[in-house]
Amino acid sequence: MAGWWKALGLGVVLAVAACSPKAEKASAEGGTLRIYNWSDYIDPELLTQFTKETGIKVTYDTFDSNEVLETKVLQGGTGYDLVVPSNHNVPRYITAGAIQPLDKSKLPGLDKLSPEMRAHMEPFDAGGKYVVPYMQGTIGIGYNADKVRQRLGDMKVDSWAVVFDPAVLAKLKDCGVYFLDASEDMYAVALNYLGKDPNSTKVEDYNAATALMLKARPYVKKFHSSEYIDALANGDICVAIGYSGDVLQAKDRAADAKNGVNIAYAVPKEGSQVWFDVFAIPKDAPNAPAAHAFMAFMLRPEIIAKASNATRYANPNAAATSLVDADLRNDPNVYLTPEVSKRLFVTTTKGQDLLRDVNRQWTRVLTGR
Amino acid sequence: MRRERSALAAILPFLWLAIFFAFPFLLVAKLSLSDAALAMPPYAPRIDWSQGLAGVQAFLAGLDGETYARLTQDRLYLDAYLSSLRLAATGTLILLLIGYPIAYGISRCPPRLRQALVMAVILPFWTSFLIRIYAWIAILKPAGLLNVVLAKLGLPAVDILNTETAVLLGLVYAYLPFMVLPLYAVLDRQDETLIEAAQDLGATPISAFWRVTFPISLPGAAAGALLCFIPMAGEFVIPDLLGGSDTLMLGKVIWTEFFANRDWPAASAVAIVLLATLTIPILLFERQQAKVLR
Repeated sequence: MAGWWKALGLGVVLAVAACSPKAEKASAEGGTLRIYNWSDYIDPELLTQFTKETGIKVTYDTFDSNEVLETKVLQGGTGYDLVVPSNHNVPRYITAGAIQPLDKSKLPGLDKLSPEMRAHMEPFDAGGKYVVPYMQGTIGIGYNADKVRQRLGDMKVDSWAVVFDPAVLAKLKDCGVYFLDASEDMYAVALNYLGKDPNSTKVEDYNAATALMLKARPYVKKFHSSEYIDALANGDICVAIGYSGDVLQAKDRAADAKNGVNIAYAVPKEGSQVWFDVFAIPKDAPNAPAAHAFMAFMLRPEIIAKASNATRYANPNAAATSLVDADLRNDPNVYLTPEVSKRLFVTTTKGQDLLRDVNRQWTRVLTGR
Repeated sequence: MRRERSALAAILPFLWLAIFFAFPFLLVAKLSLSDAALAMPPYAPRIDWSQGLAGVQAFLAGLDGETYARLTQDRLYLDAYLSSLRLAATGTLILLLIGYPIAYGISRCPPRLRQALVMAVILPFWTSFLIRIYAWIAILKPAGLLNVVLAKLGLPAVDILNTETAVLLGLVYAYLPFMVLPLYAVLDRQDETLIEAAQDLGATPISAFWRVTFPISLPGAAAGALLCFIPMAGEFVIPDLLGGSDTLMLGKVIWTEFFANRDWPAASAVAIVLLATLTIPILLFERQQAKVLR
C-alpha cells in the first residue's frame, strides 16, 4: 500500500515538473512544433530545413475551411502550436480569447513586412499584437482555357457572369463547374457581382445572393474548397471559383504532367475579394516558443520567397519580392498591380447573428432547398 | 457474500448506463439550451462556480429553448429528419429482403460450412470501415470499376457516385452483417422437429415455413431492423463520402451546425430531437415484446 502511494506521489511531482515554465523553456531547445495549416500551403522542404536548423520536429496537419479551424481552436486543447486563420476571422479569435499575444522580441524579421500589408491588417489586429501575415491571395475564376474556348467561343472569361449566369453555365455544365464550399467567401463575391456591398449586414441582400446561387446550382458539379486543384490539373473540370494560388498550382501541375491541359486564372472585372492568411498561436499551445521560432524562420526573405514559389501566392515580405520567381512577381493577379487592386475589396468580420443567418442560407444553397 | 455479488450485478448495468449514456445525454441536453457565443468553448452561459449557488442560479436562468424554437422555423431540419428516416427505412427494408435469405440459407447448411459462412459475414469487419467506404468511391466513380465492367458487357455507363442511390448502396453494404447475424442466431436455434411435425400434419414446405419458421424468426428480424435502422438514421460517414451536396441527412446537419455554423447549441438540439424520435419506436417495440412475453 505504501509503495502505491509513493508511486502516486512521484507521478504527481513529475507531472507538476513537466508543466512548470522551466520545463517549457527547456523544450524550446527542441521538442515538437504542431502546425495546422491550409492544404497545399507550404513547401515541404522548408519544414525539413526548419527541423535541421532548430532541432524542432514538425507535425503538420491540414484543413481547407476557416470554419473548421475556428471550431477546433475555440474548443481548446487541440495541441496545435501554430494555426493559420484568414484576416476577417482574426477578431473573433481575439474576442474569444483563443489566441495569445506575440512575443515580438523573438520575431526580428517583423520590420520587413510591407507597410501596405500592415495597413490592411490594422482593422483586424491593431498594432499587430496577435498575428504575423503569411500569404495573400484573391478569389477568382480558374478555367481550362481550351475547353472553355470550345464552348464559349470568343467570350472572354473576365466576368463573374461566367459562373453566375445560368445561360453561360448551361454551356459549361457538361465539362464540369466547381464552387468553393466557403460561405463567407462565396457570399462576398456573389453580393459584389449583384452590385451590393460585399460586407452587407442586410439579410435581404443575402437572400438575393442565395437566389442567385440557387439558380446557378443545377450547373455546379460540386462544392469543395480544395479538390478543384487536381480536378482542374487533370482536365476533369472546366471552371472553378477558387483561390488564386491554388489555381496557379493546378496550372503548374498540368504543365509538369505535360497532359496538354492549359489552366488560366482571372480576377473578374466586377471585382473580387483579396484576403490575408496569418500565423497565430492558440492560447493553450503546448510549445509557443517553437511557434515563435517558426514564424521568425518564415519571416526570413529567402525562406518566404521559396514558400511563395511553391504555393504561388504573394507574400507580404517587402525584402522577399525580388527573390520570388519572375513569372510570379510579374503576374498582376498575384503581385497585385494598382489597376487590379482597385477592383478588390477586403471582407470584414460579421456579427454572430448575421453569421448564423448567412450559414443557414448557405446550407440551403448546398442542399438546393 | 453471494447476495452482495448479485446486487453488484444488478447495479453494474445501471452504473454503465449512467456513466456512458445518462451523463453525456445531460451534457448535450444542457448544451442545447444554451446560446452560441464567441468564447472558449463557444457557448454561453456557463456555470460560474466561484459565485457558489448564485452562480448556478444565474446559469439556470440563462438557459432557454430558443434553439428548439429555431428548429421549427427552418424547413431544412424537418426535411433532414424526414429524409434521414426515409433513407434508414428504405435501407432496413432492403436489408431484410437480402439478409433474411442469407441468414436462412446459412442456417440450413451443414454445421461445418455454416461456421465458414458466418465467418465470411463477419470478415469484412477486419478492414477499417472508412477504407471499405472509400473502396466504394473507387467502384462507383465515373471511370471506376463498375463502369469498366459495364462497358465490357456492352452496357451503358452509370454515374451514381454522389447520389442518394450510392448512399443507399453504402448503407446496405455496411449494415448487412448487423441484419444477418441476429436473424441467423434465431433461425439456427430453431427446433427442427417443429418443421417435421408441421410436415407430418400435412403442411407443404412453403406453408411450414410461413406458419412455423417465419413467426419464430420475427424477434430476430425486429432486432436486426432496430440494429440497422437506428445507426443508419444518424449515419454521417456514408452520406458524406458517397452522397452529393443535396443528400440531406441528420448526421451531416449536425456536422454542419458544429463545424460550419460553429453553433454547438443547435447541433446539440438536433441530436436530442433525433434521439427522441428514435427512442419512441424503441419504447413501443419494447412494450410490444413485453406483451408478447406475458
